[in-house]
Amino acid sequence: MNFDDTPEEAAFRARARAWIAENAPRALEAELKLSGFGHLHLHSVDRIAAAKAWQRKKFDAGWAAPRWPKEYGGAGVSPMEYVIWQEEEGVYSKLSGPFSIGMGMCGPTVMAWASEEQKRHLLPRLASGEDIWCQLFSEPVAGSDLAGIRTKAEKRGDEWVINGQKIWTSGARDADWGLLITRTDPTVAKHRGLTMFFLDMKSPGVEIRPIWQMNEESVFNEVYFTDVRIPDAQRLGAPGQGWTVALTTLMNERMSIGGSMPTGVPELFELCRELGVLDDPAVASRLAQFAMRASGLRYSAFRSISALSRGEQPGPENSIGKLVAGTLMQEVAQFALDLEGEAGLIEEPGLAVDGGRFQAMLLRSPATRIEGGSDEVLRNIIAERVLGLPADIRVDKDLPFNQIPTAASAGR
Amino acid sequence: MQFDFSEEQRALQGEVRRFFERACPVSTVRALIASDASHDAELWKQVSEQGFLAAAIPEDMGGVGAGYLELCLVAEEAGRVLAPLPAVSSIYQAAELIMIAGSHAQKQEWLPRLASGATIATIAVAEAVGEAVPETITARVSDGRLSGIKRPVSDGLAADVAIVVAQALDGIGLFLVDLSAPGVERRPLKAVDPSRKQAEIRFDGARCELLGACGEGWALLSAMRDRAAVLVAFEQIGGAQAALDMARDYALGRYAFGRPIGSFQAIKHMLADMYVSLELARSNAYYGAWALATNAPQLPLAAASARVAAIQAYKLCSANNIQTHGGMGFTWEFDCHLHYRRARYLASVLGTSPLWERKLVAAYGRAA
Repeated sequence: MNFDDTPEEAAFRARARAWIAENAPRALEAELKLSGFGHLHLHSVDRIAAAKAWQRKKFDAGWAAPRWPKEYGGAGVSPMEYVIWQEEEGVYSKLSGPFSIGMGMCGPTVMAWASEEQKRHLLPRLASGEDIWCQLFSEPVAGSDLAGIRTKAEKRGDEWVINGQKIWTSGARDADWGLLITRTDPTVAKHRGLTMFFLDMKSPGVEIRPIWQMNEESVFNEVYFTDVRIPDAQRLGAPGQGWTVALTTLMNERMSIGGSMPTGVPELFELCRELGVLDDPAVASRLAQFAMRASGLRYSAFRSISALSRGEQPGPENSIGKLVAGTLMQEVAQFALDLEGEAGLIEEPGLAVDGGRFQAMLLRSPATRIEGGSDEVLRNIIAERVLGLPADIRVDKDLPFNQIPTAASAGR
Repeated sequence: MQFDFSEEQRALQGEVRRFFERACPVSTVRALIASDASHDAELWKQVSEQGFLAAAIPEDMGGVGAGYLELCLVAEEAGRVLAPLPAVSSIYQAAELIMIAGSHAQKQEWLPRLASGATIATIAVAEAVGEAVPETITARVSDGRLSGIKRPVSDGLAADVAIVVAQALDGIGLFLVDLSAPGVERRPLKAVDPSRKQAEIRFDGARCELLGACGEGWALLSAMRDRAAVLVAFEQIGGAQAALDMARDYALGRYAFGRPIGSFQAIKHMLADMYVSLELARSNAYYGAWALATNAPQLPLAAASARVAAIQAYKLCSANNIQTHGGMGFTWEFDCHLHYRRARYLASVLGTSPLWERKLVAAYGRAA
């Protein structure tokens, strides 16, 4: 058990550090540090332009997609080297926010299911920041029950015609490509009638409507499809195989370990120090419980990385990360505002305590507990896949999709 | 970085697990609970012969000299089977204290005997209600003689020798006392965890010997507790894992409303939360093990994090194991209460959660 780099790892770290020292956009460092939870905020420069510039620079030097094979724009590094890269990239990794869904989920799905020609075309463009990808999965009637999606794809010659609506699509407005799951056969059981495509987001008939969120930001979008045409060549997997393809995407969500989620715990300690309340036993009790959860997450990630570097596959154990971090962020924010007293109500720029960091966290954290697998879905995953408890009894499992009861069919 | 135990260490853990499964079925634990014996002497002898608990004591002091990572895994396995052994007192605390505070002669005198299990030692700190602090200690040493009352003393009946925290001329000191000597009286106390016997010990002018510098006693005690907290955390995660396993097995086998109760989300989510709590404790304990094994400056923070997390996990897992079992979990004959009681015992020795929460915050402040 040790935290030391091997000589090879140390050499890799030195190389990464030297390259970052020479190339990182230092002018943005202070602003990036303040950039809050869940979204890249930059005021001095255009967010997307800055992100693309850093991604391009990394790509040209081979740091953009270190884990990917070289032929697709990667560098083929080991899991541990990738962790070292992330540690060294530090605050600048926030600049990769607009690419995280593409790199983390869409890219690996394309890699597993697209033709060789498509991979050689699309993946380097994604890795270099030329293209931004989004994920068109959730729908108004299908969130946790993802296989219940209704967006329709119908075959017309060599094309498919798409009609329907997606929701909760992060970054749709910036995206060039979307990974789209559709229903192609409503007469078979729900998991069997799905088909996956990738879609040019500039296609006629694609309409994007920003969602105004409860935290007064607009990262998520609704995406509407009216007779949108997709060439059959942009289908991933066979018709009806969409669920299997989607599982590739969702599995890769779990691979994205190592990049630890912010919890607000170090910032809360800082606040307590400034307020001089560290010696208050009631404060210490809450702080210690928060800190224990944060360090537990950190060392759980270390354990996963160690397992990965031994060649083990990341398993469902990694589901605890977001489950713990979401609630932790929310509780930390509430406690920080308790400590701020009535001043905790102030969001006014320039007056809010710590630049309004905990207020922003309070209002963002509910989304963390829902997006990418709600707390309840994650608990089901842990119960079923880690502890081996029985799957839920699914009343819709063997019904043809078009006979599954809905609120409308129940007259509600 | 390799943040896990090695294959050799895992192999040792497997060997220890097989040993405990054979030597310490739950009937052994229940037999001790039903008896007036101070501890399971036969099990203690067998474990000592295997050398498992001497893993971290140096070879030239009669130990195995394997290391703390090995001892952590032994502790985890002991916790899993609720082993009714005085290891928390004699090995994790007394031997550690002698190693960090003892003179060379004291180490030579005591460590080989503790390593072989021939002698059992314990620590006597508590007197009054409330977390012990230097100001509340009334036991006193003058002219090499100790007087005062200590209660409860874990393994106070099994122990041959105690390290007693007492006031002396220069402040708090640690004093080695032969418990069979004149001026020592002890009696058993009925306790929450009857598989770990508690005693009251009265000292009336008992002969004693200073361990470590006088006036440094509390600091030494605190330093020892940082080390013991990591080892105890492994007992706790072993116990918490056993409680979670019991709950899972019962949820799979118990049918209600025509289906296994483990198929209801209310039960599944409760068990998922137990798992999460245990994983957080396990990861914090691993970090503690690393800090203990390498004598890292991060040990105070790592130990406090491990202890706070492990207390929490074992409490939750043992309580929700009873909940999963429903009414049967409340019976004497089901084993659920044995973990519930052990979780409380391990939460109370070494100082309770509020103390460690304050220690964690203080250490975090120093580390930042």
